[in-house]
Amino acid sequence: MSGDKPWETVIGLEIHAQLATRAKIFSGSATAYGAAPNAQASLVDLGYPGVLPVLNGAAVRMAVLFGLAIGARIAPRSVFARKNYFYPDLPKGYQISQFELPIVAGGHMDIVLEDGSVKRINVTRAHLEEDAGKSLHEGLPGLTGIDLNRAGTPLIEIVSEPDMRSAKEAVAYMKKVHTLVRYLRICDGNMQEGSFRCDANVSVRPLGAAEYGTRAEIKNINSFRYVEKAINFEVARQIELLEGGGKVVQETRLYDPDRGETRSMRSKEEANDYRYFPDPDLLPVEIDADFIRDLAAQLPELPDQKAQRFSTQYGLSGYDAQVLTASSELADYYEAVVRELGGEAKLAANWVSGDLAALLNRDGLEIAHSRVGAAGLAALLRRVQDRTISGKIAKDVFEAMWSEQTSADAIIAARGLQQITDDGPIEQAIASVMAANPGQLADFRAGKDKLFGFFVGQVMKATQGKANPARLNELLKQKLSG
Amino acid sequence: MHSETVTQLIRGLRARKYSAVELTRALLSRIEAAQPALNAFISIESECALAAAAEADRALAAGDAPALTGVPIAHKDIFCALGSRTTCGSKMLGNFIAPYDATVVARLRAAGAVVLGKTNMDEFAMGSSNETSHFGPVRNPWELGRVPGGSSGGSAAAVAARLVPAATATDTGGSIRQPAALCGVTGLKPTYGRVSRYGMIAFASSLDQGGTLTRTAEDAALLLGTIAGFDPRDSTSVERPVPDYTQSLNLPLRGLRIGLLKEFFDQGLDPAIEVLLRSALDVLRSQGAVLQEVSLPNLPLSVPTYYVVAPAECSSNLARFDGVRFGYRCENPRDLKDLYERSRGEGFGPEVKRRIMTGTYVLSAGYYDAYYLKAQRVRALIAADFARAFAGVDVLIGPTTPTTAFELGAKTSDPVTMYLNDIYTIGANLAGLPAISVPCGFVAGLPVGMQIVGPHFGEERLLNVAHRYQMATDWHQRAPGAYG
Repeated sequence: MSGDKPWETVIGLEIHAQLATRAKIFSGSATAYGAAPNAQASLVDLGYPGVLPVLNGAAVRMAVLFGLAIGARIAPRSVFARKNYFYPDLPKGYQISQFELPIVAGGHMDIVLEDGSVKRINVTRAHLEEDAGKSLHEGLPGLTGIDLNRAGTPLIEIVSEPDMRSAKEAVAYMKKVHTLVRYLRICDGNMQEGSFRCDANVSVRPLGAAEYGTRAEIKNINSFRYVEKAINFEVARQIELLEGGGKVVQETRLYDPDRGETRSMRSKEEANDYRYFPDPDLLPVEIDADFIRDLAAQLPELPDQKAQRFSTQYGLSGYDAQVLTASSELADYYEAVVRELGGEAKLAANWVSGDLAALLNRDGLEIAHSRVGAAGLAALLRRVQDRTISGKIAKDVFEAMWSEQTSADAIIAARGLQQITDDGPIEQAIASVMAANPGQLADFRAGKDKLFGFFVGQVMKATQGKANPARLNELLKQKLSG
Repeated sequence: MHSETVTQLIRGLRARKYSAVELTRALLSRIEAAQPALNAFISIESECALAAAAEADRALAAGDAPALTGVPIAHKDIFCALGSRTTCGSKMLGNFIAPYDATVVARLRAAGAVVLGKTNMDEFAMGSSNETSHFGPVRNPWELGRVPGGSSGGSAAAVAARLVPAATATDTGGSIRQPAALCGVTGLKPTYGRVSRYGMIAFASSLDQGGTLTRTAEDAALLLGTIAGFDPRDSTSVERPVPDYTQSLNLPLRGLRIGLLKEFFDQGLDPAIEVLLRSALDVLRSQGAVLQEVSLPNLPLSVPTYYVVAPAECSSNLARFDGVRFGYRCENPRDLKDLYERSRGEGFGPEVKRRIMTGTYVLSAGYYDAYYLKAQRVRALIAADFARAFAGVDVLIGPTTPTTAFELGAKTSDPVTMYLNDIYTIGANLAGLPAISVPCGFVAGLPVGMQIVGPHFGEERLLNVAHRYQMATDWHQRAPGAYG
């Protein structure tokens, strides 16, 4: 391989989204996160002798909703299969998944690239399966504990085509799927708790080559940032390997966020033969047109549709519309602010995606837990709109509302932040500033126009920033030219 | 008391001819006495049984007792019963106390039956002679040097020896019917999906079906009515009303179309058994049944088909026995791999291992299509053969087994010879059909079974034919000499 030849990155993602059902996929156990180990593991989850799985219909409905939302084909008949392998956190010695006949096939998601262009990522399939439990080592020196609370939690595994060409595209796609599953309310999207995670298949090839390169699969990445870093590390590793005359081996790798690198877990030769076969304990899932029609009618407005509507209805840029529709809760919040304000859609957009987003981000809060509600923010913006306060003062008021949990009007009143619009007090302030700065006044009058700004600042300071800027300008001009 | 059927015991208990406690005591002492020779039980649950019997007597006195109140039964040790050791005939589960009731167990409990114990069986129901049990072989009460058949050998021997009037059993490839034939009792394997599999430790999920071993078809009808029916905990159980099977027992057989399975009479059937079958058919013909020969061309493929499908499913079903959460765990495992290898290596017997390995092989990459997939296709062909046959006949009749009970150890060295015992019974499992074996005579003092196979959910007709036959004959009433 020649060292100066450009390389093309090829990425496909397998996203695991935990479905937000109350009960597990094949048992009645609860799926809530954080219970004491094995408190949510029934005999079925423990794989006891003689127990049998019974499919939770809610998981099927959620998978179908997802399929409909990405324009996929819903299989009229899908089949659960057993994926056989031994592992301590896999109680039955097999995972119930779907193999040859998944419930969702085909479909696509459109992502917006950095240059604003739209790229279509095709989805190969999405299938239902159960999650495994987890092994615990902390506080158990020399031992391994098994927590089967997660065993049997319903997952949908969304497999993309190898359509992404950079880590950024992969992240954009993953975010898009994340947004969609939360819109559909089929997954809480909580990545720390593992509700949304992915495996990335990464390969490189000389630009223009027809064949794909040998790929490595990076397992179980649970943050957008790690996905980007893991892929970039892996791409660099593969290119370096190839340019050094080496070969990429097909293997499973693990991303270590502490060291920022991927490491080999097992090679293809060590890979399990999963001996998939249809699970005889479960009947095929039969889905008819009525079932699909009912669910299609329940589909909410989807992210792309909402962004499109925001652009036209509120006159927002494509970018603003994307930002404000990143979650349905954020979009709802924004629309509530506009409704309260009775317009000023652009002002509201700037505030929601600017100041509000900054504080949410600073405090690590979701929009649902915003310390200022939509009505509260609208009340503040109304004071900007009617010129009670300036936009600059409004930022301080907003901070105060955030920390003190009081209304804009209460803060404005308590701190006396109303703009001064009467001429009297402004003229008084101008007079005292002029009196205190005779040298500057003389210079100004001698032609140093630049000093106008100095006087504006001084008068603003004297009025604690409350002087109406337009009026101040006007009056100051009159007096200085005096 | 011990020679009475379930139907007779229900009457006797209600007429206060004897109390449930007296009945239970009497049978428990027969069980204890027979145990050294027969080894029909893995667990004898005297204390629980007597407590349940005392409770039954109170219910009978109060006058609101459900149908089977006070009737003693035994469960094949494949059924989980709350608080009871459930071994599945294996060292692997030698210490396993079930934390819940199988649906079959719960339904019989709710109907008032008193459980005397858990019966011996081939390990994980894999065997046709009861010789693969970790707890030692069961012996045939008709001749102690012979096998009782398997895998429900303990249940069949216990019913034949009048230790219990009825026992539960399971049938994956003939495990109810074959021991019924070899022990001279009535064995009913219902339609797949008729009886819940919940709590029945799985061998081959698509073939396993719970049923009964009794002395009469009438008792089988009574018990089937109790254990059958949809169970929300078993997705493969069928949502379909359960008829009162005792109501149709006496329907006349006039015009009944009986198909004689050509393939069953063709291959290597003991001529003495054929003679008995022909005379049994004469009994039915004398009641107005019409006989015709029927051919199921794919049926001869049932044994190889079965021995791909069943091991494949078993290799996966038995993966949960890994020494981690329950059951046998090896001493001082070095690491995880050692824990798995030794727990399973020491916990399973040779026949179970043979089937796990066969099943693992047929599901492996590169072999799946040639074995598993092909077997599933043949299975569909066999089921289609049966469906075609039932378009022209009401029931199919043939032998249950190619020979009478063989001697212990006679076939243990050659698995394939052992597998051929199930040659006549496997077809019904592959097609999910109901089938019953009833005693139809003796060859050299050993019982012979006649098998009647029906269409899906045709249990009423099967039981009707079996009952009419038993009304006209007394083979089912014969008891082994030492246990009469």
